Amino acid sequence: MIVELGHFALILAFCVAVCQAIVPLLGAWRRHYGWMSVGRSAALVQFPLVAFAMAALMYAYIVSDFSVINVIQNSHTDKPLLYKITGVWGNHEGSMLLWVFMLALCGGAVALFSGNLPPALQARVLSVQGMIGVGFLAFILLTSNPFLRAVMPPENGNGLNPILQDPGLAFHPPFLYLGYVGFSVSFAFAVAALIDGRVDAAWARWVRPWALASWCALTVGIAMGSWWAYYTLGWGGWWFWDPVENASFMPWLAGTALIHSAIVVEKRDALKSWTILLAIITFSLSLVGTFLVRSGVLTSVHAFAVDPSRGMFILLLLVASIGGSLTLYAVRAPSLQSGGLFAPVSREGALVLNNLLLATGAATVLLGTLYPLFIDVIGGDKLTVGPPFFNKTFVPLMVPVLAAVAAGPLLAWKRGDLLGALQRLWLAFAAAILVAVAGLYLTSGGPVLAILGLGLAAWTALGALVEWAERIKLFRVKPGDSWKRAVHLPRAAHGMTLAHLGLAISVAGIAATAFEREQLSVVRIGDSIQLAEFTVTLDKVERQPGPNFVADDATVTVRRNGVIEAVMHPQRRFFELQQQTTTETAIRTSLLADLYIALGEPDQNGGWTIRAYWKPLISWIWFGALVMAFGGMVSLSDRRWRVGVAARARMNAKLQAAAGD
Amino acid sequence: MLRKVAYLLPVLVFAALAAYFALGLRPDRDPHLLPSALIDKPSPDFTLPELNGDGKLSLAGLHGQVVVVNFFASWCVPCRVEHPLLMRLAEQEHIALYGIAYKDNVQDTRRILTQLGDPYRSIGVDRDGRTGFDYGVYGVPETYVIDKNGRIRKRFVGPLAADAVNNELLPLLQELNKS
Repeated sequence: MIVELGHFALILAFCVAVCQAIVPLLGAWRRHYGWMSVGRSAALVQFPLVAFAMAALMYAYIVSDFSVINVIQNSHTDKPLLYKITGVWGNHEGSMLLWVFMLALCGGAVALFSGNLPPALQARVLSVQGMIGVGFLAFILLTSNPFLRAVMPPENGNGLNPILQDPGLAFHPPFLYLGYVGFSVSFAFAVAALIDGRVDAAWARWVRPWALASWCALTVGIAMGSWWAYYTLGWGGWWFWDPVENASFMPWLAGTALIHSAIVVEKRDALKSWTILLAIITFSLSLVGTFLVRSGVLTSVHAFAVDPSRGMFILLLLVASIGGSLTLYAVRAPSLQSGGLFAPVSREGALVLNNLLLATGAATVLLGTLYPLFIDVIGGDKLTVGPPFFNKTFVPLMVPVLAAVAAGPLLAWKRGDLLGALQRLWLAFAAAILVAVAGLYLTSGGPVLAILGLGLAAWTALGALVEWAERIKLFRVKPGDSWKRAVHLPRAAHGMTLAHLGLAISVAGIAATAFEREQLSVVRIGDSIQLAEFTVTLDKVERQPGPNFVADDATVTVRRNGVIEAVMHPQRRFFELQQQTTTETAIRTSLLADLYIALGEPDQNGGWTIRAYWKPLISWIWFGALVMAFGGMVSLSDRRWRVGVAARARMNAKLQAAAGD
Repeated sequence: MLRKVAYLLPVLVFAALAAYFALGLRPDRDPHLLPSALIDKPSPDFTLPELNGDGKLSLAGLHGQVVVVNFFASWCVPCRVEHPLLMRLAEQEHIALYGIAYKDNVQDTRRILTQLGDPYRSIGVDRDGRTGFDYGVYGVPETYVIDKNGRIRKRFVGPLAADAVNNELLPLLQELNKS
């Protein structure tokens, strides 16, 4: 019964979405306030409806209702409760429902928090959101209905792919989807502005917090996914340039460009049509990613069940939404008034450089991801453009980005003084050289690119700190005055410093992967292997029962100079139901390095394959991403998003008075 | 005017992309077998260091037997897809399967083979991809059948599928081995 109610709620949500798409748009056109306000009510009704549908499916999973096909295919009574719940989005139908849930959440949030928007703009934004909702709800209801009942309910379900039964994986889709779908808000704002024919600083101030929030969620989601791959897949990699990963990385790159270019629109009233285009492209890349992952046009390790009719439906959605918005852009963007002028060397110029490089980066990733498809279509077959391609194209693009991250914020608006900015960065430059030389010495001439990466990380980090120190006049005025300045500094400024620091931390972690050590050998019980300065001893391997698997649990002692450093338990888990084995790696994380041990196959002579890695700074990759997201959230808490323009101007005046300049 | 055309560019690029996507969805799209310009021609010569040991894997060394040469890489996802099939071919069908590790790190190749099993009689390390280039490899995986006289007889692009193996690869090998 609850399942049918869920289905019914989803159909109702579809009908409401149709209203939300049409009525407010007509209202905005005819200047009819009653019709315009339908958008708000519809968005506020749609969210509880979709939320109810989501809850209904979750309920079917929790009580293991095996009359529902989706539950049969993806659940099992032996599955731990946590994975019964997260299993809801571990499959195509359920994850689409999560997608629509996030969309309804964003729509509801826009309706609630955009009371100060001009009514016509609000109506158009909500209408565009409604249109996206119509498309995806129709997609679910027509091709991917999770509420279908089975004619002959079986006794038990097929279970969830064991590799997906993991907390890291279970929780990253909600973040990723919040990120993807969150960009639908900036998309809707962009389309509304194109219809309206007006983009101004106020528009940018409304869009930017939404873009920033989505960007934070996407950053966290990508970091969690990568971390999951790192500890689950058992070969110690953390990024594979897999189509699914690229699908999340492309919107991230475009979104990063967007949150920067929107600053220029807000502060300087320039780069308007480019920012609109970026907002469209960011969400379009999210949609393209969804299409690639689910239509089966590309192969991937994370593949969902593939169905060409679904592919066709999503393609039509893509053509309608992306094609439609870009056509609108082609027609309306030329008439947008362009605003403030600026010299090439200026804060705006630096942000344009950032945008160009990030957009090129996103295009490179898109090309690399789609290249197999292009080959495929002209007569080849599924093949992969692997890390060699991305390492040669994408990585060099990011070097100038990092070089510019430190200098950009030190340049003035309109016309900057590059030499002056670089002079103020002497400390960062010295630190970069110092780190590079130290790296060269410590690793006795390690890989040049990795040394360069560490140097760039130091440059970026110190550059961010120098800029922050300048703002609060650290060491140039009394500490108490510096503190006051820090307190009064807009949160957005603190946020930027944090985000750039996070970037530096991640880059350092990525660069340091070049220095990892690896040992792979067959070891008998009681024997040891040597890994860097560690002795790794296999003490015993025991069989242990788990809730829905049997595990071979190894006890491995790691000693340094004879002193026990860690006792670790890598496992191999055998899942009877799926006849599948997974590796459960044992990882000891510390600030400086991870010890990573995976248990491989046993051989006939009582030996076990042990893979042991020493990975310096590896956890910095994800820690840096979290710092970036935290910086974004700090910036999001800035007063100026919440209070009106007038209050903001007053605050600025006060600050300037306090600063005396 | 030129400015207006520039604004059209995004939608035109997207239209091209969408066309590719539509073609990619065509249900009859399955040209599994891309003919090679080298079919029935002498196979390009190669001499590559072996992954395991200090020897060399060369075309000359394979002369006189029918061999299957598989280009693969640890970073290639479709290679993982075809891997179980390769294991079967090596263990049950006992075909002379040789691997060429295409643009791959030696450690990465070893790691993946330890993890998934090693179906190859010998593996040549094509670090810079030159041998792959000589063969006209589009990407990995690709599989070539070379006869006793060192001529390429067949090329499979993309992961081998059970169908292609049963209906094409195995009969071809049988026929070539007889002659």
